[in-house]
Amino acid sequence: MPGRAIFLERYGVTVQDIETYLGVALERGGDYADLFFELRFNHSIFQEEHIVKTATKAVNLGVGVRVLSGEKTGYAYSENLDRESILKAARTAAFIASSARVGGKIGINAPAHNQHDLYSVARMPADLAIAEKIALLRQADEAAHAYDPRIRQVQVTYIDDTRHILLASSDGRYVWDVQPMVRLNVSCVAEENGNRQSGHQGAGGRRTLEIFREALDPRTLAREAARQAILLLGAAEAPAGSMEVVLGPGWPGILLHEAIGHGLEADFNRKKTSAFSGLVGQKVASELCTVVDDGTLPFRRGSLNVDDEGNPTSQTVLIEKGVLQGYLQDRLSSKLMGAPLTGNGRRQGYDHIPLPRMTNTFMMAGKSTAEEVIRSVKKGLYATHFGGGQVDITSGKFVFTASEAYLIEDGKITSPVKGASLIGDGPTVLRKVSMVADDLQLDQGVGICSKEGQSIPVGVGLPTIKIDEITVGGTRK
Amino acid sequence: MSDTLKEIVQQVVDRARRSGATAADAFIREDETFSVTVRLGEVEKLKEAVSRNLRLRIFLGKRTATSQTSDLSSDRVSMLVDETLEMARLTSEDESGGLPEKASYPSEIPDLALADPAWDDLTPEQRIGLARQAEASAFDVDPAITNSDGASFEFERSRTALANTLGFAGDYEVTAGYIVASPIAESNGAKQRSHWFSIARHRDQLASPEEVGRRAAQRALQCLGARKVKTCQVPVVFDPITARTLVRHVFDAVSGDAIYRRRSFLGGKLGESVASQKVTIVDDARLIGGLGSSPFDDEGVETQATRIIESGVLKNYLHSAYSARKLQTRPTGNGSRTGAGSVSVGPTNFYLSPGQHTAEEIIASVSSGLYVVELIGFGVNTVSGDYSRGVTGLWIENGKLAYPVQEVTIAGNLRQMLQDIEMIGNDIAFMGPLAAPTLKIRNMTLSGE
Repeated sequence: MPGRAIFLERYGVTVQDIETYLGVALERGGDYADLFFELRFNHSIFQEEHIVKTATKAVNLGVGVRVLSGEKTGYAYSENLDRESILKAARTAAFIASSARVGGKIGINAPAHNQHDLYSVARMPADLAIAEKIALLRQADEAAHAYDPRIRQVQVTYIDDTRHILLASSDGRYVWDVQPMVRLNVSCVAEENGNRQSGHQGAGGRRTLEIFREALDPRTLAREAARQAILLLGAAEAPAGSMEVVLGPGWPGILLHEAIGHGLEADFNRKKTSAFSGLVGQKVASELCTVVDDGTLPFRRGSLNVDDEGNPTSQTVLIEKGVLQGYLQDRLSSKLMGAPLTGNGRRQGYDHIPLPRMTNTFMMAGKSTAEEVIRSVKKGLYATHFGGGQVDITSGKFVFTASEAYLIEDGKITSPVKGASLIGDGPTVLRKVSMVADDLQLDQGVGICSKEGQSIPVGVGLPTIKIDEITVGGTRK
Repeated sequence: MSDTLKEIVQQVVDRARRSGATAADAFIREDETFSVTVRLGEVEKLKEAVSRNLRLRIFLGKRTATSQTSDLSSDRVSMLVDETLEMARLTSEDESGGLPEKASYPSEIPDLALADPAWDDLTPEQRIGLARQAEASAFDVDPAITNSDGASFEFERSRTALANTLGFAGDYEVTAGYIVASPIAESNGAKQRSHWFSIARHRDQLASPEEVGRRAAQRALQCLGARKVKTCQVPVVFDPITARTLVRHVFDAVSGDAIYRRRSFLGGKLGESVASQKVTIVDDARLIGGLGSSPFDDEGVETQATRIIESGVLKNYLHSAYSARKLQTRPTGNGSRTGAGSVSVGPTNFYLSPGQHTAEEIIASVSSGLYVVELIGFGVNTVSGDYSRGVTGLWIENGKLAYPVQEVTIAGNLRQMLQDIEMIGNDIAFMGPLAAPTLKIRNMTLSGE
């Protein structure tokens, strides 16, 4: 069922009602108001110790009312879509403004066709039979255990999300979308002589189960997770100190997300609280670096037809050949900064205020080969898998934690080392990128980004790159 | 209002039983929230709502499924009961599943003073005023405070009700107020942001906005001009805010879920020495007015105080009904409902008991080392105990705080770090369910230049 119809048919919300609510939201004179309706179904299934332990379903329904007045935001929400509840939310949000109402009746336009159609699927994940999903878990579980007898525990989690949104605004926008998402995660514990290590692998995207049949086989994911855990059983202590670091392709793109992505979100720059404030037009990276945020990649985890303010997503060049180009915008910051919208206004759900956020953030491929990059390193670290990362926007310092890494000695990959955090400085780290390979990969679709308490799905990507110097937080001198 | 919530969960449980569930429990939480952020003296964001969330767990013989909804219309709830039963049919039989045993539920519900009506006396203008004052007080500290990421006041009243097919039904109410300030200090083009906050269930226990603003400003100012230092092995002192993250890692490692999954560096160590003799850690759900207190846990089990580590010896793990059955022991009242209604193990008031020393004495004992005020990143592995995180702190030279340090990491293994806790402060700060005083660890690897 399309996004609009579900709210109209199931909950009796009409265009006339919406116009009334927007009128009430602006009755104290706000500049702008919008209503964000959301209906969301999540399913998850969890397997461990060879059995399907539990299956869950979550239903989230609500409407958020936002009123903007200058730099101020008033926000209220309701989980009840009846007239009285929404009117009450509209009056509460309206309170942020305090001038006499200007302007007349609010009219919303006929719905516009979405510019993008990035994740068309035959059936939404919510409509799939649970038995099909359970089959995936079984495959993964068996493959992980079969990989090596030292694999002692395997957990497999399947999660899907079917998200209907409808956005109507006082400037006439009336937009809806239905957004599918699936994800499969495998986590293993390997044990040998009291030494315990874990390995993880996950994959997914804005598709349904065919993704696991065509591209991301659950058994392959499971073997990867198992391989990582076994590898760590024999890993040495990670080195400590500043050194050359080679990042493998794909998920290590989390470097870009932490080191520069957050710092280029418009709200921090509008408020001048970012380490990147005022650096547009300046060189912040080596000429080898071109970095983009692209919400329009088909079926990608970070992609959206429209952002959560109803604007089409786009490809935004953040850094071109080392020079900072611009910021990721939401409506509020774009208005206040007089900059074009980029379709990056996102929110966790109806109960949250939209913020400028990333979609899929990656570096364009270069000309070197991965072999050349590794061969060029005398003594350093080669990191291919990462856990999470975090950044302090204001100081620009960021960390991201390697979960699979090796020493490079005399141009050759040698022994595996344990996980360690890498710490660097956002505005300067990309200046130390001295080689970029031709093997750009996007991650497998498991990224979650947190900001101001809101978690949303994102993607990252990277070709193999060399950073001349970054601090590696191991224990071995 | 509270009665209505209890009625709702009882009706849902009845509905589940009539539809064929062998057993079921339903959990509802209603949150009344208000939050205001002030930036540069002006209101930036104002948000207010009342929100409800129902979580249902159904058992069908030895099979189980759970669900959650924010849509409480009777059609939706009826449909969800049926769908949850349907899901349960497709899961596996699990010998350890089921509601907690009858003897686990409290016979009466104690008043732990978790709600304070005095918050209602604050008008919206006064609430905005608290945020405004916190930010202004930060700016007043020093002209080097040049910008602000805002200051906020938040209030939450939360009502919880739980009922199950064994006849348990209970409810309770909590309130909490929160002030935070996030000023930015600047000098020579370098910026540092920090924050400080106060959180309390009772209005008279909330710190003044002046104190919150002042401490936030001091924290930002003390980091100005931070530099890297050379890679070295040094003693590391954690302030109470960062020390509580270490306590969090201990919690993760003593959670019954981690133990039965073999995902803990403290697995199989009951009765053994796992920390320095100076270390005692407790999980106490019955602290009066505690931020982690509750009369019963999220599956109705009577809460208690549990000794975790006593003088360095590991005494107990923490359990939900499920993890307790897996490990053939009793639940400890630590069942916690996650997003979609499954029950995992959560902390109540989980804290490391204070020691004798003042923070100054601890710093004075270090000839050369690091005082940690902020940690970033997720480089902690509770399976292996490996630890590596980014740090902002102050260098200690000859027993005195000398200069700020940034863009370095500290690393070690939690097993060794717990054994190496050498001094414990008397300055425990309860600013959430997890708490710790200042802690000194004998030796860690600091990685920098």
